[in-house]
Amino acid sequence: MLPSSRPAFTLALGLLGLSLALGMLGVAGGSTGLEPLSTLWHAPVAQQIVADIRLPRVLGAWAAGALLGLAGAVAQGLFRNPLADPYLLGSASGANLGVALALVVFGGSPLASAWLARLGLTGAAFVGAIAGVLLTLSLARGVQHTLRLLLAGVIVGVVLGAAKDMLTLAAPESLQAMQAFALGTTGFVGWSACLLMLTVWLLCMAVAWGLSRLLDALVLGEATAQSLGLPLAPLRLGLVLVLALATGCAVAQTGLIAFVGLAAPHLVRTVVKTLHGPLLLLSSLAGAVLLLGADVLARLLLAPQELPVGVLTAVLGGGYLLWLMHRRVRLGAAS
Amino acid sequence: MTAMHSVAIEAHSVTASLSHVPVLQGVDLMLGAGRWTSVVGPNGAGKSTLLKVLAGLLQHSGTVSLLGRHLCTWTARHRAQTLAWLGQGEGAGDDLLVHDVAMLGRLPHQAWLGAPSGADFAAVEQALRATQAWDWRHRALGQLSGGERQRVLLARALAVQAEVLLMDEPLANLDPPHQADWLAVVRALVAQGKTVVSVLHEISMALQADDLVVMANGRIAHQGPSKEPATRLALEAVFEHRIRIAALGDEWVALPRPTYPTV
Repeated sequence: MLPSSRPAFTLALGLLGLSLALGMLGVAGGSTGLEPLSTLWHAPVAQQIVADIRLPRVLGAWAAGALLGLAGAVAQGLFRNPLADPYLLGSASGANLGVALALVVFGGSPLASAWLARLGLTGAAFVGAIAGVLLTLSLARGVQHTLRLLLAGVIVGVVLGAAKDMLTLAAPESLQAMQAFALGTTGFVGWSACLLMLTVWLLCMAVAWGLSRLLDALVLGEATAQSLGLPLAPLRLGLVLVLALATGCAVAQTGLIAFVGLAAPHLVRTVVKTLHGPLLLLSSLAGAVLLLGADVLARLLLAPQELPVGVLTAVLGGGYLLWLMHRRVRLGAAS
Repeated sequence: MTAMHSVAIEAHSVTASLSHVPVLQGVDLMLGAGRWTSVVGPNGAGKSTLLKVLAGLLQHSGTVSLLGRHLCTWTARHRAQTLAWLGQGEGAGDDLLVHDVAMLGRLPHQAWLGAPSGADFAAVEQALRATQAWDWRHRALGQLSGGERQRVLLARALAVQAEVLLMDEPLANLDPPHQADWLAVVRALVAQGKTVVSVLHEISMALQADDLVVMANGRIAHQGPSKEPATRLALEAVFEHRIRIAALGDEWVALPRPTYPTV
């Protein structure tokens, strides 16, 4: 067994335990605050609410967080940049524009629960996410320069966001729904969206795990990875597709939820030092715990009012990013 | 395998460019198998580029052969098992444990997604012990000093257990005792019949090699055993006689020859 395997296993068990505890809180939490699970079990109406609304929402928040955490870990490993994140790389805003475009061209609502509509929106978000990442990379002329990459990501995010706003204005009937969607919310996640995200997560996790050797080797630089006999181009393409699919799928169901993808891998790395296979899984679980926790908090903080979870993650994640940058500057000055 | 070949790496009419600027211009080269060759020359001579071309890591024209076969006919995996490469200033990897970094050297020997075998663990332990890095195997790379990190990266390259080992500035950040340890590692590899090629800025260390390749302006100025007077003369010439190579006991050392500006 590798020396890094045991702490990784322990952390995975801890994150799964936290997921379960937060899931139970999410099922028990309603507009009137927390209700005992035993009460919910015996009331038919409450059972209906749990089965149709709270359970898919809890599972959906978990799955969206898992997708974003995975996308963040893939992005940071692939671009060898600790500040890479689906939101900052333009893939999330690309996905959001893809959703808006699909709605304007084909009609419908971002909250539609029909399978075909969900698949169509996810496909559009996937294409948009790929376009967003490629645009950022071409503007930044590669991934080596952190500042240029972040600036390009911000520019792409603003421009694609503006394009999405123009499209939304052109279709006023979807304006209100799209607005809620743009803030990032798990409030509209039904069973179809939930199952779609869980399926895509399993697929992306399996592919990313399979390609994780490349991320490990890339840590030592491109030339070293190549000298170890790894076919860089196809593996890199596979990982970009995983990044786009995971981001696109999450954005198509829950809208723009910032910083989960950035924070999850960092939090994992502060606890364990491990290879990318376990890191991808742990980041994914950490992302799931973060979003589920934020979702429960968003529902209970001002109950019966509800905060859009995207607003909460933006505030918490923005603070975390600032702290991270401050710490890097301090460490840089110290070394 | 090396016993069958007297030449480990052969290059003919090799030219290569970096960002459309020609760096290597018609390089012809033969590196003996089972020997240690050092590549030396002034800054910008094309030493690191040459090493990358020989490792198959850079587009070039002309031909490069490894153990008698054109490099392009090797599968990437087989080439990676046969030829190990240690780059100059390999990436960060601060969040990886020392043991995991050394285990990356075993990638060419492992099945895709296969768990490391007993032989992999043994090779990693041997490599980490050879560079005196075994005691920190549970530490993260980011917690090490520059010299300690360099020893771990050297262990990563040794763990490949390749027939041919190419190293670009392997002595960077190493203090003199650890430079001497590196010398012992290289001598042990050569004694096992392996081929070592190193780019070195420390000319006195380079003079310890069996052979020297002296480069200037993207070309080979001289190639020959380091003990030959012609090699030492060529070396002084490419550095515009601003170094002097002198005997110290039965070894040769390079000393700077200061020039004083006329006032």
